[in-house]
Amino acid sequence: MSRRRSLHLGIGLTLVLLLAAAVVVSYLWLPFAPDDTSGGRLSPPGDGHLLGTDKLGRDLFTQLLLGGRIAFATGIGAVAVGSLLGVSFGLLAGFATRWLDDAAAVALDILIAFPTLLLAMIIVAGAGASLGAAILAIGIGMAAIVARLTRVLVKQVLAREYITAARVAGISWPRIVASHILPNIAPTLMVNLALQAGLAVLAEASLSYLGLGTPPPNASWGRMLFEAQATALTAPVAALAPGIALVALVIGLNLTADGLRDLTDPTRRRARTATSPASSTSPATTPETAATPASEPAAATAASATAAATATASAAASAAERDISPRRAAGADGVAEPSDPTGRSER
Amino acid sequence: MSLLSVDSLGVRDQSGRSLVSDVSFAVEPGDRIGLIGESGSGKSLTALAVMGLLPPGLTASGGIELDGVDMIRAPERRRTGVRGRVASVVFQEPLTALDPLMTAGRQIAGPLRRFQGMKGAALDEAVRAALDEVRLTDTDRIARAYPHQLSGGQRQRVAIAMALACRPKLLIADEPTTALDVTVQAEILDLLDRLVDVHGTALLFITHDLPVVARVARQAHVLRAGRVVESGPITELIAHPTDPYTRTLVDSARRFDAALRGAHDD
Repeated sequence: MSRRRSLHLGIGLTLVLLLAAAVVVSYLWLPFAPDDTSGGRLSPPGDGHLLGTDKLGRDLFTQLLLGGRIAFATGIGAVAVGSLLGVSFGLLAGFATRWLDDAAAVALDILIAFPTLLLAMIIVAGAGASLGAAILAIGIGMAAIVARLTRVLVKQVLAREYITAARVAGISWPRIVASHILPNIAPTLMVNLALQAGLAVLAEASLSYLGLGTPPPNASWGRMLFEAQATALTAPVAALAPGIALVALVIGLNLTADGLRDLTDPTRRRARTATSPASSTSPATTPETAATPASEPAAATAASATAAATATASAAASAAERDISPRRAAGADGVAEPSDPTGRSER
Repeated sequence: MSLLSVDSLGVRDQSGRSLVSDVSFAVEPGDRIGLIGESGSGKSLTALAVMGLLPPGLTASGGIELDGVDMIRAPERRRTGVRGRVASVVFQEPLTALDPLMTAGRQIAGPLRRFQGMKGAALDEAVRAALDEVRLTDTDRIARAYPHQLSGGQRQRVAIAMALACRPKLLIADEPTTALDVTVQAEILDLLDRLVDVHGTALLFITHDLPVVARVARQAHVLRAGRVVESGPITELIAHPTDPYTRTLVDSARRFDAALRGAHDD
């Protein structure tokens, strides 16, 4: 289990860091100016253009780097919004009792049942298409999922005896939250947030693909896919490059999430040094989530017929949805809610 | 004034079912009181009620006064002020009573830092002294260890060190030896016995195990189904149990003893 985990972390971090390095480089140096159309339309790779040019004659590699900025901005921004809103609300809901608790749970369920992409589309439709609106929209969608997970985790931790022990020791609630509750829910939350970051990147690509994300002339991987699909058979690189970049980033984030579990938990830290770890307990999330975005470039190239535009969009959308649903189910069923939050029933 | 006085305490759940009723007892400074009862007899609930920490949904009635603070009706701030400084609890299962993500040293340091304002080298020194006091050798390693890296007995010693760190006047021990090996049990009992003696701490010892309570307590109350069925000096309870339930407790302890002796004779 653990050796595979650290392999996941290694591969995942390598992918993410390589892409991040490329994005950092893009701020210092770009092979061509973003609006340089001197390369000729749809020229194949070569002549200084590493990946050729798009249909307006812009350098594809430059566009890819610029799209990476957007992808990272979305991932980081949406996770920031989602974790801030989600964790605060989840903490409050975790402490709520009786009807307030039920109300919070129902509210979160309704929010989560609402497809993230649809929610994002509504917000973007209202606020206008911009990167900020897309990040906010995706972040809010994420916040509901994070809040529900936080709420269940808080309830779980509250039921532990060490919380009663801390209260017995006269430690105030704010301190208990800071020194016992947050550290104990952080590992699970961080794993989930890393997965959510991948989903956010995918969601932004889907929005941009639909023309609801980052507006032109900014390059987003999702819009690059959209623009390339008409010419996917004659110039496949234009469709493959953003697709592969997207898949690499999402897989990288998913693998990182899986590997993170080990790093944050001291009981697992010990298990990692053990010689013969059992492999059967490794959760199925990684192969599952990693497999889903892999359908992306295939879908993108298949969409070369212009009529298939909406088909690809819905494929991307349903990919995002499918990706969320297993964890939703886990959030709902995986953890039994304690009826007795201090866990000190009579023995 | 008693250190702790419990006056016809009643605990009810949401549906109004009575879990504890009409429990009264008092603990004077330096006293050693046992609360004996089977599972579900209300002994742990009584202890939680004393700390003002009943699980949500349960309500207490009657009176509980701990060092002059009404632990049922006083505002949360005042009750928090009593916890840890006046009274402290050692729980049954030391693995769950310690935060799995916090080293033993930091858990002991917590109350010391907050209530006695210690920090830096003085705090390290106090933590080491606390570990020393519960007869833990290799204090440096244990201070840096996470709960899962310690044995059950070591964990319970850490929990005792935590509970006694701020020198409370009352220590509530809620089945502190039930989860431990028999040999470790004896060591922990000796340790508790010695520590409350040295510091003059009053002890409220909760258990289902008559021989255990006989070792550490002088007075005992027998609880059954949320009521006190018998009270008195522990030697008296063992020699002349009047309540049928106490009698079964004593008889089964005797049978167990006899079985041990029989096995020895073979």
